Amino acid sequence: MTAQSPPIQGKTAGAHLRGVWEKTGMLVVLVVLLTCFTIFVPYFATWRNATGLSLSIATIGIISCTMLFCLASGDFDLSVGSVVAMSGVLSAVVTNSTNSVTLGIAAGVAAGGVVGLFNGFVIAYIGINALITTLASMQIARGLAFIFSHGIAVGVSNPDFFTLGISQTHLFGQLFIPTPVWVMIISFLVFATLLNRTTFGRNTLAVGGNAEAARLAGVAVVRTKIIIFTLQGLMAGFAGVIEASRFTSGQPNADLGLELDVISACVLGGVSLTGGIGTMMGVVVGVFIMGAVTNAMNLLNIDTFYQYIVRGGILITAVLIDKLKQWLAA
Amino acid sequence: MPDSSHLQFDSITKTFPGVKALSDVSFSVRSGSVHALLGENGAGKSTLLKILSGVYRPDAGKLLLGGEPHVFRSTAEAIRRGVAVIYQELHLVPEMTVAENLYLGHFPGRFGWVNRRKMRADALRQLEMLGENISPRARLSSLPIGQRQMVEIAKSLARDATVIAFDEPTSSLSARETDRLFAVIRQLRDQGRVVLYVSHRMEEIFQICDAATVLRDGRHVETFTNLSGVTRDTLVQRMVGRSITDIFGYRPRTSGEAVLEILGLTGKALSAPASCVLHRGEILGFFGLIGAGRSELMRLIYGADKPTGGSIMLDNRAQRPRKPSLSIRRGIVLCPEDRKKDGIIPVRSVAENINISGRRRFSPLRFIIAPRREKQNAQSFVQRLGIKTPSLNQPIKLLSGGNQQKVILARWLCEDPKVVLLDEPTRGIDVGAKSEIYNIIFSLAEKGVGVIVVSSELPEVMGVCDRIIVMRQGRISGVVERAGATQEKLLELALPISDPQPLTSVDTRKAS
Repeated sequence: MTAQSPPIQGKTAGAHLRGVWEKTGMLVVLVVLLTCFTIFVPYFATWRNATGLSLSIATIGIISCTMLFCLASGDFDLSVGSVVAMSGVLSAVVTNSTNSVTLGIAAGVAAGGVVGLFNGFVIAYIGINALITTLASMQIARGLAFIFSHGIAVGVSNPDFFTLGISQTHLFGQLFIPTPVWVMIISFLVFATLLNRTTFGRNTLAVGGNAEAARLAGVAVVRTKIIIFTLQGLMAGFAGVIEASRFTSGQPNADLGLELDVISACVLGGVSLTGGIGTMMGVVVGVFIMGAVTNAMNLLNIDTFYQYIVRGGILITAVLIDKLKQWLAA
Repeated sequence: MPDSSHLQFDSITKTFPGVKALSDVSFSVRSGSVHALLGENGAGKSTLLKILSGVYRPDAGKLLLGGEPHVFRSTAEAIRRGVAVIYQELHLVPEMTVAENLYLGHFPGRFGWVNRRKMRADALRQLEMLGENISPRARLSSLPIGQRQMVEIAKSLARDATVIAFDEPTSSLSARETDRLFAVIRQLRDQGRVVLYVSHRMEEIFQICDAATVLRDGRHVETFTNLSGVTRDTLVQRMVGRSITDIFGYRPRTSGEAVLEILGLTGKALSAPASCVLHRGEILGFFGLIGAGRSELMRLIYGADKPTGGSIMLDNRAQRPRKPSLSIRRGIVLCPEDRKKDGIIPVRSVAENINISGRRRFSPLRFIIAPRREKQNAQSFVQRLGIKTPSLNQPIKLLSGGNQQKVILARWLCEDPKVVLLDEPTRGIDVGAKSEIYNIIFSLAEKGVGVIVVSSELPEVMGVCDRIIVMRQGRISGVVERAGATQEKLLELALPISDPQPLTSVDTRKAS
């Protein structure tokens, strides 16, 4: 060890600036969007609309927490939309037949967990790729949703069942926070902590960055993946129960294509599809951008047909901007 | 000097965020010569090659090809101008045939139809010109690595390359394949092409190169237009900016009792059960040709692959390697041969790569991260091992090979291991970082750790190890003490025996 530059050098101004953009780039976009909507979209910046907006993203928000883990570990899960429907239906059916809300909720969440565990086991232990596995479980879960419900929406008669979805807390003025939104906020916090402050979270990113190197460094790759998918199933199941409670019934054809909205929100938030990179802050921002844009379009009475195009456009733009950043860096 | 210097670099400068990779580099290369490009990792060789091949554009300066200035905007443009760079990792498609690989991107034929017959005939001609007997119909993945490289060379010839640059071409070749390659390189030179040759192996430079340019820290140090009369020490001294008399710096020790005994381990890649002993404070070398089974044996000891039979004794306790995480807890760690594939998590930070395993020691319940302890730990190893990185949060993929290797060593040093398995610890690493890594190896041994060093480089095993085990064709073929180790002896044990072994000694699976 002889003449060397000091091992840790100060960051250059440019690198620092880029670091800030890396961390807050999409956040800036969100703030700009919200400002524009506030100015140009009537009723956007009202308490009532804020409540509605946050309620509309609750399901996606809750599920995107665990989808972040899936993507960060280098996989993804297409079954979440079907799991939401299946768990919603099952919780309604069980609540009706046992007249116990607790049992109903538990059954819905547990069923989601079982699907997740199945996904994790097949993907991590047997080694079949996530696309095929979750495509299969997506079909199976959707099928089960129809079987449990005999193909029609299952209404719930016990009013206690609706508490989870319909109740809200009054904060101040006209601001109410519905319970599903609380669940979403708490999920964000819990999974952010899990990702950043636990070995499980760090291992998730390591597995996504290079699974074999992680294994050789002593990370329990198979176990980590199975846990990730099981959590994903549990959260999708929970989101399904909340949705059933909100709509007072379990609907077997609910949330078709939800998985793609969730993955879109994550990608918009800077989560890498190849694994190893992702932050909860990014996901939150991604979820809110998607939600705010949809909400603004609804307020402007833009036809649903066009909304699809706009949302697709946003996603592809976000990815292109990311690519552009990489080019500029090279 | 129009014709004699076909390729010229003129004041090339390239800056990356936080690093000046090349500053004002100028030199010229004569056609009809093999020109070595020397320098430690991070000296700017790869950047220069990438500018030559159009991957990067220089911030300033230009290339002159036959006196004509060029700045390539894409790799396609560089190829059109007759520049071919043959990288360590070959850019071929394993699933395609040899002929398809040769003409990938410009298949002969019309309107999108491929004229397969013509393609195969052309391919055969190209390969024959190189003196290679490879069938154009063969699937690339069926060829040994040396022949694949010949296909890559033939590919650049098929595109009429006048400038061919080789980046560490021999790192995965056997001695015989290397000889073949050198014959072809001489042929290319005699045809009047420009050959640039990047390698860390000094012996090769003197064997094959006519001229050499040394880079250091992104600057041009010196160009030797004639290598005869230039000594190895001169070149190394220019590369590191100081003279290294003995880059190994062997430090004798006395080794203690046995720390690891390998008792008849068997696995897929081994042709016979392997047994040997490693002592406390000993540096045990494993020498052999590529494919002799050394890396495979290391993976079995570490539990990266499951042994089909046999066991190990660690500190006189019989154990069976099952999985890496278990081995780490017992005190055996492995630095894998292929750093990129098996060692680093490229997109994660230096700190993450250091703490990935050792963090369980300071994580409450082995679950909760202690950020301050992690930062401290990473920081202390970065300083202790002299890891050059702009920050602890730098993605490790942006570090040079030597620094990546030091990060992996740091990962294991904080585990306080009893046995350290190092598989090709200095492959693709520059001279300066090499001697730093040897230094780490010696201090490990001095602390009583048993160290195994797998290496394909004779000078390295002879310079570093106390005892050398030689492997050949999947079995241990001999053990040589440091004092009695000669190149001839080691090679004799390592080179394949042409006569097939009598069956009785091959089928020894039951012996354990």
